[in-house]
Parts: sequence; C-alpha cells; structure tokens
Amino acid sequence: MSTAAVNVNTDLAKKKSARRKKTFMLTTMVLPGAIWLLLLRYLPMFGIILAFKDYKVYPKNPTLLQNILHSKWVGFAKFKFIVASGNAWIMIRNTIGYNLIFIVLGLFFGVAFAIMLNEVTSKFVAKTYQTLMFFPYFMSWVVASYFLYAFLAPTNGLIPNMQKAKGVPADQIIDWYNYKKPWPFILIGARMWKGIGYGCVLYLSAITGIDSSLYEAASIDGASKWQQIKYVTLPHLKTMIVILIIMDVGKIFNADFGLFYNIPMASGLLTSVTQVIDTYVYSALMSTNDLSMSAAAGLTQNVLGFVCIMLANTITKKIDEDSSLF
Amino acid sequence: MSETTVSLKRRKRRINAVSVPAEAVIHIIMILFCLFCIIPFVFVVIISFTSEESIRQIGYSFIPNEWSVEGYQYVMKMGAQLWRSYFNSFFITVVGTICSVLMCVLYSYALFRPDFKYRNFFMFISFFTMMFGGGLAPTYAVSKQLLGLHDNYAALIVPLLFSPFNIVIMRTFFQSSVPTELIESAAIDGSGEYNTLFKIVVPIAKPGIATIALFNALAYWNDWFTAMIYVRDAKEYIPLQYLLIKMQRDVQFLSQNSASLGAEAVKAAVNLPAQSLKMVLVVMIVVPITFAYPFFQRYIISGLTVGSIKG
Repeated sequence: MSTAAVNVNTDLAKKKSARRKKTFMLTTMVLPGAIWLLLLRYLPMFGIILAFKDYKVYPKNPTLLQNILHSKWVGFAKFKFIVASGNAWIMIRNTIGYNLIFIVLGLFFGVAFAIMLNEVTSKFVAKTYQTLMFFPYFMSWVVASYFLYAFLAPTNGLIPNMQKAKGVPADQIIDWYNYKKPWPFILIGARMWKGIGYGCVLYLSAITGIDSSLYEAASIDGASKWQQIKYVTLPHLKTMIVILIIMDVGKIFNADFGLFYNIPMASGLLTSVTQVIDTYVYSALMSTNDLSMSAAAGLTQNVLGFVCIMLANTITKKIDEDSSLF
Repeated sequence: MSETTVSLKRRKRRINAVSVPAEAVIHIIMILFCLFCIIPFVFVVIISFTSEESIRQIGYSFIPNEWSVEGYQYVMKMGAQLWRSYFNSFFITVVGTICSVLMCVLYSYALFRPDFKYRNFFMFISFFTMMFGGGLAPTYAVSKQLLGLHDNYAALIVPLLFSPFNIVIMRTFFQSSVPTELIESAAIDGSGEYNTLFKIVVPIAKPGIATIALFNALAYWNDWFTAMIYVRDAKEYIPLQYLLIKMQRDVQFLSQNSASLGAEAVKAAVNLPAQSLKMVLVVMIVVPITFAYPFFQRYIISGLTVGSIKG
C-alpha cells in the first residue's frame, strides 16, 4: 500500500510520461504482428485491382508495381469470362453443396457421437474412443490422400486387387481415380473421417459441462433417455451449435482446398465433381498462370464470403445477442 | 432396472445410466467408427513393411505374402532428398513455432491489457483479416515479388507466422487465467512491461501458450500448401509433405533423384522399392505426430474449446 501512497504524491507530469512509456512499450509488442498483417494481409488487398486488369509482365522493368501499372484495364472482362466458360456454376455449386453437406453431417455425427460417448460407463474406454477418433484430425490431407490411395490405387490398391482375386474381369475393375460417380461420397467420407472426432470432442466438452443434477431431476420425474437428450442436452448445446453453424455458413464459399486438391490426387477427369472455387483459384494461378483470372475468382469468393459472414452475424444477433461474433 | 434382480455388476452402474443393450450398441458404433479412423494408418504401416515382390504379386494387402524392411533400408542408405526434406520439415516446425508463438504472445498480451491505448485498433486490424482478404493471387504476387518469399526458408515460415484465430484463443486464455490486479501491482512495483509479461504473466499462462505452440507446430509440420506455392522446384527447401505430393505427380521423380546420386545408386534404383517407399515416407510423417499426440490431445482440446466458444 505504501507504494500506492507514494504514487499518489508524484506529480502529474511524471504520471503522464509513465503512461506514454507504457503505451510505447505495449505498441512495440504488437509491432511484429502488425507489420506482418500490413505486409501479408493488407498490402495484398491493393492487389485486388489485378482482377480488373489483364496482368502482363512489363518487360522493361518487371517489378510488381510496374507490371500492374502497365497492365491494361479490362473492367469485368475476367469475371464475365469465368461465368461464360461455365466454370462459375460448377464450382459455386460444388463449393456450397459440399459445404452444406459437411455442415449438416458434421453437426449430426458430432453431436450424436458426443452424446453416445458421454453414456459410456467406463471413462477409460470413453477416453480411448476419443483418442482414436481424434487421430485423423492431426493428419494432413496429403497423408490422408495416401491413406485412401492404399485402398483405391489402380494397380496395387486393396479394392481393385480384391476384385481381381474374386475373378472380376479386368475391364470391370473400378478405376477409381477416373470414375466420377463415387467421388462425392468419397469426399464426404474423407471429410467426416477427418472432422467428426474434432466435432465430437468439442460437443463432448460442452456436454460434460452440464450440471448432472439436471439429469437426475429429469430421471426422477420419469424422463426417458431420449427425453433427457431432447429437453436437457440439446437445449444446452443450442448456443454452441448455433455459433458453429453460423461460423460455417459464413465460410460457405471457402472450400477446404487440401481435401479437394489432394484426395482426388488432382485427377483431371474428376473435375466436374471435385472443382471448387479454391481449386479454380489455385489452378488459374499456378497452372494457367493467369494472375488476373485467379484474382477475379478469389475476389468474387471473398466478397460473397464477407457478405455471408455479415448476414450470418446479423441473424445470430437477432436470435441470441451473446452468440454473435461481433 | 428391476430392484429384485440387481446383480453386483449392475449395482455398480451409475444412477440414470443407459440400459446394458443400449450401451452395447453404443460400443459397437464407437468401435466401428474408431476402426474407420485408425485402420487406414495401420494399413499404410503394413504396406511400408511389405516387400516389393509381394506388392507386385497381390498389391497392397493387410496380409502380405512377404514382410520386408527394404523401403526403410532405402531411406536409410540413399534418400538424400528424403533426409533433406525431413530435416526441412523439422527445421521449419521448430523455428516457425518459436517465432509464431512469440509473436502471438506479444500481440495478444497487448490486446489483453484493458489499459492499452490502441487496443481496439489493433484488435480490429487482426480480426478484420479473418473476414476479408486480398485472395490467393494478390497475396502470392506481393509475397513473391515484393517480399522475396520464394525458394528459401523464409517462404516456408513467414506465411504461417501469424494467425488471428490464435490471437483470439491466446487473449481468452490470458483473460481467464491472469488477474489484472496482478499486472497493476507489478506496475506499481516498478516492473517494466516486458518484465511483467515474461516473468509474471507467461508462467501463469503456460498451458495456453503450450496450446498455441502445439497448434502452430502442427500447422508447420502438416504444411504442404506454402511449399507448393512458394518453393515449387527448389529441391533443397522442399519439406516432406510437399515431397509426397511431388512424388505422386512426377512419376519419374524417384528415378531422377537416384540417378543424380551416382552410379552406385543407379544400380540400386533398378531395385527401387518405389511402392513401399511412398508409404515409408507417410509413416515417417505420421510417427512424430503420434509421439506428440498425448500433448496434442491434452492441450489442443482445451484450446479448441476456448476458441470455438469465444471465437
């Protein structure tokens, strides 16, 4: 307390300089992060003009700024081209379609498995289940693509070889990486494989946080397990579920690039079922080297995504003030 | 449960537990799903120990005709590129994790301080990037051409240094574990800002920092995207994850790689265990993660929970 008393006695000027020093020191702390944000996030935002230009390297002085300055303005030509090429529809359909399925199935299995796991009597066994099902979350999509490849590979894969062993004629053995039909299911399965454990852990931690006396009271009142789930568990998870759905809907135009790029092993024949906005943005940039085309597709995605996140947030605010993001 | 026939085993069951058949069904579903999650990895481990001859005969199989460690032997003896890539993966993971954790702790600590004058401004510039960005192509152009982030280690480390999501998590950890009175009294005692942070706050927030460190380590270890974009062909900087992609895409990659190693290797390249080798690499990527797995589970679960609720 004595130091506080001395503090009161110090003159105003000293206090002011101390405050200034504090602000200065704290500002130096944010500086590395702020510089990173400026260079790698805000500077590229100016690069959005690439989408409205036809980016060409300026041979006399090929720096980025000169290249951009000397590239022709083309207005919305790049956007029009994407729409006219028919790619826009496919990739937007795939992006939104897959994401919607991921949200619904992820929610269903995540909550269902969490509720089931919570009912397992032996805590050790429950923990073991959790450990095993959380494992895929830590694998990269590259590793996951090899896991799948082991089963589907054309000559050595387990499934084609099992077919061979059964005596299926060679022309009827499924060539997985060139056969479109099963891929929506494979992609969904891969996504669930990687994501359910994560969702389950998330919901389980919320469920274990529920006051157990609520369940006891419910069971004394004669509520069955189903009724307890319906009237105690789910209402308690509601806020969390709503937030997670809103966050996912806000990102509905962003596909999981790793999933769509790695799992089909970039097989060109599968494009119509595996092409999403992110893979288009990537291949426009790296394969066709059309910086402007890639920027146009990326900008469309980001603007739509931004609108989506704002809408989602406004809706959440209406439903439940506390759950909104900002 | 009927009171008259309560067996010893049943008495042990919790009040309000599900019935025994219902729990049996739960166990069956859980076991099936756990197998679904883990079997692909087990399968790949088996393939990595399968002889090339066996693969040629019956393909990848859970019960190979012949076991072998030739894939591992090949990696030990002459996988110069493989070891280089393995080293790269470790290197960027260690350096990247240290730098990104430091940046994250500093940034989120300042945001955690309610008396920081520019708190809202810096909070906003970080948060806004979670909602809107320039996109891949502009970021690529700026990073590569203006910042020189290509074909070097910086290109693999810098793009992942900072994550607004981690800032949110770290700040929440500070808020829930560090009392502001502690910082105030430290300031009164004449402790400088950095001194307060590293001597007083960091020891308290260790679990939170461990979570962020593991998040970052996992992000760096599992990163292939940054490499695919910024170090496309600079062999000496390719990390293991991207090497796997490359091996799949360039059919000739392996034979080329062996050829560059000299005549001795060319001879060996004839008997190259190409099929099991890929799976050996996959195992080499996954094994370090399984070692770190207990830590991951403990800390990341708490981090995910905080992040999802507060994020």
